[in-house]
Amino acid sequence: MLRYVIGRLLTAIPTLFLIITISFFLIRIAPGGPFDLERPLEAKVMENLNKIYHLDEPLWMQYVLYLKNVAVLDFGPSFYLRDFSINELFAQSLPISIQLGTSALALALVVGGFMGVMAALRQNGPGDYSIMAAATLGVTIPNFVVAPVLTLILGVWLGWLPVGGWGGGAFVNKILPVVTLALPQIAVVARLTRGSMIEALRSNHVRTARAYGLSAYLVIVVHALRGAILPVVSYLGPAAAALLTGSVVVESIFGIPGIGRYFVQGALNRDYTLVMGTVVVVACFVIVFNLVVDLLYALLDPRVRYD
Amino acid sequence: MTDKTPILDIKNLTVDFETPTGPVHAVRGVDINVKRGETVAIVGESGSGKSQTMMAAMGLLASNGNTGGTVEYRGDNILGLPVRKLNKVRGAKITMIFQEPMTSLDPLYTIGRQLCEPMVMHGGLSWRAAEAKALDLLKLVNIPDPDRKIKAFPHEMSGGQRQRVMIAMALANDPDVLIADEPTTALDVTTQAQILELLADLQKRLGMAVVFITHDLGIVRRIADRVYVMKTGQVVEAGETGKLFSSPEHPYTRMLLDAEPTGSKAPVPTTQPLVLQAQKMEVEFALDSGLFKPQHILRAVDDVSFALRKGQTLGVVGESGSGKSTLGRAVLNLLPAKGRVVFNGSQISGKTRAQMQPLRRHLQLVFQDPFGSLSPRMTVGQIISEGLLVHEPGLSAKDRDLRACRALMEVSLDPAMRNRYPHEFSGGQRQRIAIARTMVLKPDVVVLDEPTSALDRTIQKQIVDLLKNLQRRYDLTYVFISHDLAVVRAMADTVMVMQRGKVVEAGSTEQIFDDPKSAYTRELIGAAMLTQQQAREIA
Amino acid sequence: MTATYPNDIEAPTKGRSLWDDARDRLLANRAAVASMIVLAVITLLSIVGPFVSPHDYDAVYRDYVKVPASLEAYPKPDQVQPAFEGLAKRARLTIDSFQRDGDQVVAEVTSRREIDPRTIRYIDRSDLFTNASIGDFSENNRFAVLRADINYMHFYFGTDSNGRDLMTRTFMAGRVSLTIGLLATIVAITIGVLYGATSGYLGGRIDQLMMRVVDVLYSLPFIFFVIMLVVFFGRNFVLMFIAVGAVEWLDMARIVRGQTLTIKRQEYVQAAEAMGVPDRGIIRRHIVPNTLGPVVVYMTLLVPKVILLESFLSFLGLGVQEPMTSWGVLISEGARNLQGAAWMLIFPSIFLTSTLFALNFIGDGLRDALDPKDR
Repeated sequence: MLRYVIGRLLTAIPTLFLIITISFFLIRIAPGGPFDLERPLEAKVMENLNKIYHLDEPLWMQYVLYLKNVAVLDFGPSFYLRDFSINELFAQSLPISIQLGTSALALALVVGGFMGVMAALRQNGPGDYSIMAAATLGVTIPNFVVAPVLTLILGVWLGWLPVGGWGGGAFVNKILPVVTLALPQIAVVARLTRGSMIEALRSNHVRTARAYGLSAYLVIVVHALRGAILPVVSYLGPAAAALLTGSVVVESIFGIPGIGRYFVQGALNRDYTLVMGTVVVVACFVIVFNLVVDLLYALLDPRVRYD
Repeated sequence: MTDKTPILDIKNLTVDFETPTGPVHAVRGVDINVKRGETVAIVGESGSGKSQTMMAAMGLLASNGNTGGTVEYRGDNILGLPVRKLNKVRGAKITMIFQEPMTSLDPLYTIGRQLCEPMVMHGGLSWRAAEAKALDLLKLVNIPDPDRKIKAFPHEMSGGQRQRVMIAMALANDPDVLIADEPTTALDVTTQAQILELLADLQKRLGMAVVFITHDLGIVRRIADRVYVMKTGQVVEAGETGKLFSSPEHPYTRMLLDAEPTGSKAPVPTTQPLVLQAQKMEVEFALDSGLFKPQHILRAVDDVSFALRKGQTLGVVGESGSGKSTLGRAVLNLLPAKGRVVFNGSQISGKTRAQMQPLRRHLQLVFQDPFGSLSPRMTVGQIISEGLLVHEPGLSAKDRDLRACRALMEVSLDPAMRNRYPHEFSGGQRQRIAIARTMVLKPDVVVLDEPTSALDRTIQKQIVDLLKNLQRRYDLTYVFISHDLAVVRAMADTVMVMQRGKVVEAGSTEQIFDDPKSAYTRELIGAAMLTQQQAREIA
Repeated sequence: MTATYPNDIEAPTKGRSLWDDARDRLLANRAAVASMIVLAVITLLSIVGPFVSPHDYDAVYRDYVKVPASLEAYPKPDQVQPAFEGLAKRARLTIDSFQRDGDQVVAEVTSRREIDPRTIRYIDRSDLFTNASIGDFSENNRFAVLRADINYMHFYFGTDSNGRDLMTRTFMAGRVSLTIGLLATIVAITIGVLYGATSGYLGGRIDQLMMRVVDVLYSLPFIFFVIMLVVFFGRNFVLMFIAVGAVEWLDMARIVRGQTLTIKRQEYVQAAEAMGVPDRGIIRRHIVPNTLGPVVVYMTLLVPKVILLESFLSFLGLGVQEPMTSWGVLISEGARNLQGAAWMLIFPSIFLTSTLFALNFIGDGLRDALDPKDR
């Protein structure tokens, strides 16, 4: 098992290297630079800035330098927010994004899973149809529509919840962003669970469990649900990626100082190091998360062994 | 030792399924009863409603199924009981074994846990006590190394072992009735025999009633006290096994009995030329060949040789995994293989695909699965005439159509059907279409890979007769691959018995069947319970 | 050989192909049929709407900034007089009497200086009035009668914060969003099908290598790449759908490869091989028709995904540029003007979500129709 984990982490290195290389050169060959402001800077100031940020050196030198720094987890200074290093920015923003993402994922799994099981047990009944209609709604309505509408109703009209901001992580501030982020995932998880649950309920081994007079709990939860959860577990990888994407919107709309918002700002301001740093961190996350998902799968399904 | 009163009494049972195209009446008023300690067989072909009858009795129908009539266990109706009440009986007093040993156990739990669950549920045992009893049960059903196997997961066991576990599970709560729904169909013949022996032995020792659902008359003869014959949802005949076999009354029963392949093939004169020769055939497969993993080599066919004269049939017999299908494809040069294959005097082994192409029309292949071997989006006419497109490109569309019509008539199908699609035909008809597809090219050699295994007995017989007729008419040479010894005996001139890629024994059909030399062949033949005479003796 | 049919061969009966069955099942699916109608209506509106609409999508009406959606024409009756008075004031005219006569207003105006006949420009420049004329001048030209027609206009969806007609803009946005959706999907499908089919058909090491590449690409944070691309290379319509298409081909490649592998193992392909049918024939007659179903289904489901992605980028301010617009842009503007101008969010959202809904239902319907064992 340990060998497998180490092997997987090792194969991640070339992937990361590829990501860094592609994004580095992509940014650099693009026209425009971080100091191209509307009012041009004085030549002297520009020169000094370029020197400080090593922009006066040849591109490949900068690349090697960046690789060296990343290897020791130093993402360099921010080009735009000049008083901060990227590491400092991440230290603030990453915990917020992680909190947001994991809360949304947990919510999606619990609510979506429950809805899916309920729909499967009432297959082709009115309960099933209404749950599935709700799920389709959840998948289709984009979160950048849901977020303003929810804000309008709950924040502006009813005044129950704050309209935006993180509020230092206060619970009321989290409700809207987490729900908005989780909604599409709830819908996907519900559809997925329903499908695999229906299949599981029809499977031969569940028929065996019923034929041997096992209780409803044993039949539905122990024998059907555990197998039905496997496709949901494999969906966790794509779900995490979708949550990352969603967090960009949600953080922008609700003004949450997370990594997603920084990324958009960084890209717009051509903050080279901020953009690069975000891409690397996000890629690491996806890789680690996929590994965790695979291990979780092996834990649930004895047929899978990583030795 | 049989008690007179039935322990399970099914009266006027009906099963209907609601489908989008209207209700389907799967079972229409069936009366079946089983007495204590008795073995009753329910025989019928696929779709006869034999399984649905017992599923209904156990409350296991799909959600769109409706039932009528009564099912009495010890005088109390259990049909349509709420699940909670029904669960007092099913799994405890009436238990069931299913056809699919590979999927009937939950892959996510150890077999020990699955064995214990019903005991804890019904017997009120503690998990610890249940585990001790599970161990005893595993010993009872002859699972080797039970201490270790109790912790094993289903995928770590063979099909035969899983079926034994299922039997152990069925016996756990000392049931009164054991329902076995085709418990051996998915297993190899030798395993089949062992499972049947085990069941018979256990019944003798424990004295429960057994309901045995099967399509295999050989099994019925061997184990059943009484037989019910079902057809399209009704019992058409019932009676003592011996009586039913010796003097069947209903024409359908007679037809089922006649469907047992009989006779043997007329020998081919030695003056006929040699058509196909294979020498030292070897096929290897690389398993698990990942990008960075070392290869594991499996030798699927190992040193196989044979020679066939024009008009002869070679029967290749063996259990699943014996390499017989691989051999069939290797002979036709559809797989990379070592060794030499000579067809009509010219060597075909080692030829490239392009070099093989002109020869392909002479060397044809018929597959086992009539549902998988026909392209689903082509009409039957297109499927049959596809070969002509390749081998007689000069033919006009009309000529091709005409040839397809002739081929369809050859296999006794209505040529008017040629614009229909495969899914509109039954299994037997599809196999005829597959045969027509090969016949349209007028081949010399046809490799028949289990062409009858997926079909019901009565259809099997028709296909076998069709193949025999075609062989006689066109002097065809067959390589007939099958696990079904009865069919091989009726079809083949020479027989080759394969096991794990090697030829265990080869010789003329009489020699192999009447005087088998190797232990494995004897085991196979014994397991298959062959001839009519033997059957009569048992009866 | 002459082709004559023996007498006992009847004319062939017509078979029902799987496509026929699928079409019937699809047409029996009410949700799918309704969705097709909705989609057709939206598409038609998007294509024809901007031509038929009396407003240009980029025409700015300064007097109608953020007016609410209304079935009645603008100006509303109570708006006419204040607006007219405001204009007169700007033209330094004093209104002695104001009279509304149907669609016309007549006002007697006086001024302390001589009235220049060109002052009617002030009136004409307004979006509320048209055909202004001035006459009946008094002798000293300090008194005149000013007439103007009321220029009625309809803003069924209201106007945006620049005073542009939201309906025309929504239709125009539909054009852009649907075009991007379709083009990007075609890009994605083309790359995906070619890549997946090649990988699946060649098999072996090449297949493993090609799929390894896909795996690596999967772990790239692609949305971030797209954002980077768009930010650094400017908001370009073409680049946009290439970027989106290039992201979405991975799934298609996997699906097609899986299909190809499965079909390659099917006995009917082996049967064709045993018959000596060359590769070309196998691909054309056996593999392509049987892969088509999943590809079509995936394509219908990909279009909404792409539209969503485009809207997402537009929402972040990275999409198409003004005065061009897309649903995502409109929704983004709507979200900013949520308080007080809710129609700006509501109408584009309705169009976007109904399109996405319809496409999802059609996709689901197609899948059920082509693969009935799911039901």
